Amino acid sequence: MFIKNPILEIKDLTVRFGGIKALDKVGFKVEKGSITALIGPNGAGKTTVFNCLTGFYKATSGSIFLNTDDGRVDIVKILGEPFRLSDFINPVAFISRLRYKMFGGSYLIARAGIARTFQNIRLFHEMTAMENLLVAQHMSINRNLVSGLLKLNSFKEAEERAINKAYDWLDIMGLRADANRFANELPYGHRRRLEIARAMCTDPALICLDEPAAGLNPRETDELSMLVRRLRDEFNTTVFIIEHDMTLVMDISEHVVVLNYGQVIANNDPESIRRDKAVLSAYLGTGNDD
Amino acid sequence: MTVSSRPPLVLILKDSLIAGAISLVIFGPICGIILDGYTFNTDFKIPLILTSIVTAGRFFFSFFGLPKLPDLSRIHPLANRKPTVPDKIFLGIVFAVFLIFPFVGSKYWLTVMILALIYVLLGLGLNIVVGLAGLLDLGFVAFYAVGAYGYALGYQYLGLGFWGSLPFSALIAATFGAILGFPVLRMHGDYLAIVTLGFGEIIRIVLNNWLEFTGGPNGVGAPLPTLFGLEFSRRAKQGGTPFHEYFNIGYSSTYKYIFIYLALLFFVVVIITAVSRLKKMPLGRAWEALREDEVACRSLGLNHVATKLSAFSMGAMIGGIGGVFFAAYQGFVNPSSFTFFESALILAVVVLGGLGSTVGVVTAAVILTILPEALRDFAGFRVLIFGILMVLMMIWRPKGLIKVKRPVFLQKGKG
Repeated sequence: MFIKNPILEIKDLTVRFGGIKALDKVGFKVEKGSITALIGPNGAGKTTVFNCLTGFYKATSGSIFLNTDDGRVDIVKILGEPFRLSDFINPVAFISRLRYKMFGGSYLIARAGIARTFQNIRLFHEMTAMENLLVAQHMSINRNLVSGLLKLNSFKEAEERAINKAYDWLDIMGLRADANRFANELPYGHRRRLEIARAMCTDPALICLDEPAAGLNPRETDELSMLVRRLRDEFNTTVFIIEHDMTLVMDISEHVVVLNYGQVIANNDPESIRRDKAVLSAYLGTGNDD
Repeated sequence: MTVSSRPPLVLILKDSLIAGAISLVIFGPICGIILDGYTFNTDFKIPLILTSIVTAGRFFFSFFGLPKLPDLSRIHPLANRKPTVPDKIFLGIVFAVFLIFPFVGSKYWLTVMILALIYVLLGLGLNIVVGLAGLLDLGFVAFYAVGAYGYALGYQYLGLGFWGSLPFSALIAATFGAILGFPVLRMHGDYLAIVTLGFGEIIRIVLNNWLEFTGGPNGVGAPLPTLFGLEFSRRAKQGGTPFHEYFNIGYSSTYKYIFIYLALLFFVVVIITAVSRLKKMPLGRAWEALREDEVACRSLGLNHVATKLSAFSMGAMIGGIGGVFFAAYQGFVNPSSFTFFESALILAVVVLGGLGSTVGVVTAAVILTILPEALRDFAGFRVLIFGILMVLMMIWRPKGLIKVKRPVFLQKGKG
């Protein structure tokens, strides 16, 4: 499938855990402003792809680039990569690599514009829903210690703006009544939505949702698909989603990437994926195997 | 309870008598036995009065029914948590009591209260590291030692006075906090605790063995504090005027303690204010978020390295200020004041008070310092009673004396 304006470019991404190749030369692109799904049987390597591109795993080899309005970001580089022989001749490259090695990390990826949610929800449990959303706005808030300790007006205004933004997101998710409740008191479905709200509070260009429909009932799943569309249509966020619920995937996504045993076996629009022989055999097994 | 459902009179009487008997069992030994040297006298007047009050009260409530309590389950657990006016009055009263104390209390209790306030400072410092950022630190005494030695050695080598030494020692302690922070950035839980434990011991052993610089086990003298150049000694030693000569009053060694107490109280109030504001600021929230889930923090763009280091150095800084006051109060520091037992005590203050709770830490620090003093009569059992108290606390209130309250955020205009 031809992609004109990719927000995410993954090339030859390989990840090894000891002798196991979790990902083997995975390559695909995600169109800016699209809803793209990543599917595959259990253990195919979907979450590994997510963890690589949000910086929780380091790729063994390959490249990942993010193209936002602010420019092109080399994700492998800002995570800190091993030195190369050429670095010892070129001090500029050496220093930049050393800097990222020491101070780089996954938080830089979040700052570059990728937000994510987790398969097993990771909220700040002993904090309220509001606080969860305020922590997410850490980078855009007034972090000056002096103005905060003295409660200057600039601090109060920034804080109020952040609170308003958090309330807006709670409204979008239908969670206003839960604003000042502890995150671990909330029902499961609310926690899922709160986690999405928290990711969106970082103003990402690309949001990665890791199985957002897991554990939701059919009605909640319907609401989720409306919500995902809204994220894209109203907030211009590209959505990249891992999901097992095929109805949801076929319903909302414009582009589907299928992984099996760490390799991309199909990469197309949902209609073609539905009829793809390789995908069918990966999910259902081939007829002439036994 | 309505009138129609009132139980028969016999039952009420029986109930009241049981309540009275139980209270007699409780009050009898507590108020009825008065120690007199190695013997004791019994006096059952007070317990009997208390018992009759309980019996009458029980009878009264059973007969007329309990006053109607609001239905607690309906009230939202987090609603209306803004400090109300009675809260402010209460805080004002507590502050006034602390302020008046040095002028009415004896010199002995004044020194006990100074120690209590020093532990409040240490508790507040460690609370940032353990309670807020969730990094278990068993070597907090190191920063206390750095602060105390910063004052004593700063005077000896650099000629720094008390007020100059406060920012100096705080800065040094914060630097040490960051130095400790770097190697332990990738550690969690038990491993972190072991490394911090080692760090605390390293500082103590260095202080003990570096004879030329720190004086080793002999310790170093620390100068008395001054107030605008006025000294609190009988004769001026630091080139100023003694306090009592300036004001033309007789010399008393209590002035020194009153001054240290008031200066300490000022710092405690400032730091309590700062810490409670920090909790509602981005940095404080980042610390707590880090305690809850480091991976999620990173996924939101928080620099976990900087956040951890800031928690370590901020906590160390407060510990260092505590150390300066300790040195000023003792007039002398040596390494034996900074053993692991101190670290454990400070940690006990934080855990008993409730991780993350400022009010809890202050209460626990005051209780844990005053309790051993009040229990001097049972000197042999002090540590035992201390231990039993800890065990009971952990069974009944594992989350500490005071439950942590979360700030409530309401949207202005829309409510």
